Amino acid sequence: MDMGVFAVLAQDGITNGAVYALLAMALVLVFSVTRVIFLPQGEFIGYGALTVAALQSGQYPRLVSLLMAVGALTFCVELGTALYNKRYKPVPKLHLMWSAIENLAYPALIWVLARSIGWQDMPMAAQIAFALAMTIPLGIMIYRVAFQPMAEASVLVLLIVAVGVHFAMLGLGLFIFGPEGSTTRSFTEWSTEIGAMLVSGQSLVVIAVSLVMIGALYVFFDRSLYGKALRATAVNRKGAQLVGIGTSQAGRMAFGLAAGLGSLAGVLIAPLNTVGYDTGFVVALKGFVAAIVGGLASYPLAAAGAALVGLLESYSSFWASAYKEVIVFTLIIPVLAWRSLTSGHGDEE
Amino acid sequence: MKSNTTKKLQWAFFAWFLIFPVLPVPNYWITIGNYIGLYSIVALGLVLLTGIGGLTSFGQAAFVGLGAYTTAYMSTALGWSPWLGLFAGLVVSGVAAALIGSITVRLSGHFLPLATIAWGLSLYYLFGTLEFLGKYDGLSGIPSLSVFGQDLSSPRVMYVVIWLSLGGCLWALLNLLNSRPGRAIRALAKGKTMPEAMGINTATYKILIFALAALMASLSGWLYAHLQRSVSATPFGLHMGIEYLFMAVVGGVGHVWGAILGATMMTGLKSQLQDWLPLILGSSGNFEIVVFGVLIVLILLFARDGLWPMVAGVWANFHPPQPAVVAPEIAPEGFGDMPRRTKPSVGSLILEVSEARKQFGGLVAVKDMTFEIRAGEVVGLIGPNGAGKSTMFNLVSGVLPASSGEIHFCGKRIDQLDSRHIVKMGIGRSFQHVHLIPHLSVLENVAMGAHLRGHSSPLSAALRWDRHEEAQLLFLAAEQIRRVGLGEYMHTAAGSLALGQQRILEIARALCTDPTLLLLDEPAAGLRLKEKEALADLIRQLKAEGMSVLLVEHDMDFVMGLTDRLVVMEFGSKIAEGLPAEIQKNETVLAAYLGGIE
Repeated sequence: MDMGVFAVLAQDGITNGAVYALLAMALVLVFSVTRVIFLPQGEFIGYGALTVAALQSGQYPRLVSLLMAVGALTFCVELGTALYNKRYKPVPKLHLMWSAIENLAYPALIWVLARSIGWQDMPMAAQIAFALAMTIPLGIMIYRVAFQPMAEASVLVLLIVAVGVHFAMLGLGLFIFGPEGSTTRSFTEWSTEIGAMLVSGQSLVVIAVSLVMIGALYVFFDRSLYGKALRATAVNRKGAQLVGIGTSQAGRMAFGLAAGLGSLAGVLIAPLNTVGYDTGFVVALKGFVAAIVGGLASYPLAAAGAALVGLLESYSSFWASAYKEVIVFTLIIPVLAWRSLTSGHGDEE
Repeated sequence: MKSNTTKKLQWAFFAWFLIFPVLPVPNYWITIGNYIGLYSIVALGLVLLTGIGGLTSFGQAAFVGLGAYTTAYMSTALGWSPWLGLFAGLVVSGVAAALIGSITVRLSGHFLPLATIAWGLSLYYLFGTLEFLGKYDGLSGIPSLSVFGQDLSSPRVMYVVIWLSLGGCLWALLNLLNSRPGRAIRALAKGKTMPEAMGINTATYKILIFALAALMASLSGWLYAHLQRSVSATPFGLHMGIEYLFMAVVGGVGHVWGAILGATMMTGLKSQLQDWLPLILGSSGNFEIVVFGVLIVLILLFARDGLWPMVAGVWANFHPPQPAVVAPEIAPEGFGDMPRRTKPSVGSLILEVSEARKQFGGLVAVKDMTFEIRAGEVVGLIGPNGAGKSTMFNLVSGVLPASSGEIHFCGKRIDQLDSRHIVKMGIGRSFQHVHLIPHLSVLENVAMGAHLRGHSSPLSAALRWDRHEEAQLLFLAAEQIRRVGLGEYMHTAAGSLALGQQRILEIARALCTDPTLLLLDEPAAGLRLKEKEALADLIRQLKAEGMSVLLVEHDMDFVMGLTDRLVVMEFGSKIAEGLPAEIQKNETVLAAYLGGIE
């Protein structure tokens, strides 16, 4: 292997690693705030990428219909809960009004925008923003319907619910987007040469977006009061509630962010790879590996883990392409062994 | 032992499944029944691992694959007998599980499920990539099973084989859970401190249940390979691993029979959905997976513990459950010969704490404490909140190692030993926040303390070879329960007792370890007056029987009439020591408790 190939593989690995970093951070975020291991992350990759692809080819993005349906369901759940609790507390009219705006009016607005604007001629940034405007509320609604009612449940039960949501979203993804995958236009044709290596603008965009997101999350969680409040929720729900932190708000926020990061990751890989409705699962799992390498707790470490996963994948696809996936997923075993040896003591409940 | 109608009915219900293949039912039913049996075996392993032991695995499908591929390769490429394949598959899965288990069990809870996802995937890709396993086409032409020249290839015959295997696993698992190793496994769900304080090696037991679950999965894979006569990677992927966990959780992950209920529900439901949904909704989407996913969420929303507790609850209305574990009425043979520690002569030095110090970073929680306890004494360690009493207690009980200084017990140094080893030397303890398994009876909880008094292995327990020793242990536990005066609650669920009774239960459990020194951590905290009096009477009675007691308390009134000597701590240091009456008048102590006048 000469230096040229080495450099190309490194560039590939770091670009993929940047995408895994986004996913790893979303996973850490959701887990640390809600204790949910967010398996449906992978579906958001497909939803995001395929919605942008649909917009670019001038088709009606069918995700809007799903958004309206899930929105209606969410409103029904809110209404049902309010009526069920009528015996203990008055019906929260203001809350229900907001819920109606969020879950009924907002999806309808998106539908109008999808129908009335010729999205295929818009700049790509607008298309991405519009796709995110669908996936982020979807993540919040999913939290409200599936996870908020059992926020106190054990990690295992929450994990199983996450799997249930993953199955439902996977099946719906097939129905909405069909079995074929798509690619999207590239962000930029621009490229430059550094020494003997051709650096594509595409890679630079992916890495830059990822770095900005990592930085923003790091600052948010480590420096801002609201971010610290979210972390407090993860440590002790009841305690956080007692000091006035809205734990449901925290959960909504985490799921919205995770859905956004997931679909952003999908959008970032779509110009280079064909993304189908079911592509995301394995991609998201590599994000999991990265998050575990980082110990499920730290954003910078998760990002480092992601770079490691990306590079490992890139080099193993060169030397032993058949075993690429085996190598990436087996990485976790030595990492856990090392953590096990260094951590010393097991945890207490 | 009393006859147990509910148990008989469960087995009769199980036997009904075995009659199935001789009835003129369509072959399709037999196929479904075969899969229910195969899945139940795996789900049963998950009940042991997840529901009872508290460890979650998404990777069971990979172990099924290991079992299936091992026998497939050996019986096709090597031409060996399928029975050798069974043995080899069990060895391969068992060793793999023990290795992976030893890496992951010491990590905190959520790492294990994530790790299982990763290795489930990597094994799946490995099955699909390796040349000698036929890549993604898999291996075909696997011979059928045969016994004494009798061919077992017909699905109806395999049905019997599968359900007999399931019945065997069920029987062995029920036996195992109702035994000394079984109680140790149940204690795992409570974290690490309590089981270790009973002398249970939690890491070993975690690896054990992990390997057992893998062995059951491997057995299922072996049966699958010889039923299907071909294997490929797809049924051993992550999705199947997730579905196995579903079955266990939906059925009721804490209940052995829930595994079979869950497997039946899920398999039946899926086959029905696959038949009906395309007729209603058309075949343009994969709707059964959507409905499947939604149903999971709904079941967990409305029945978080799964379906079996609901079924059992309805049944209990007609037929109140009888205690599952009963101690023998009279002492079993050999009970008098069980080894018992000889009590040191009254007045001899048993615990010697010299210059013990514990530092957490810059905080010195215990600062060069020195005191001693003599045999037959009740010593109180008191002090205001935050004085370092609990840390001192943890140093003696082995939960924390001392930073410097020495602690000797009966002449042996213990300050760096684990709590598991300390309990072996004769120091029993209770907990400030009770550590009980709430749904188990008082008897079963107390019998956990008798762990070190028995030796039966998991294998002998599963095969019921341990019944004699088990009778001795249960009689021992029952004796301690009567000794502390909880005899009438023997078969009550521990979680339904009042706090005071739960504390006393913990003392009974500690007494089962045959201690010479009993450590009680704030036993009176949160108790009502009557409960405190009962507790004080018990401690006096134990003292009269020759027990030495170290009592950590901040309730002055409680310790005054009870203790022989008091050691008073403040800010990590000893500020006074002496007879209770002296301490009551000690200026420094009064200042510490009531606040000094400056």
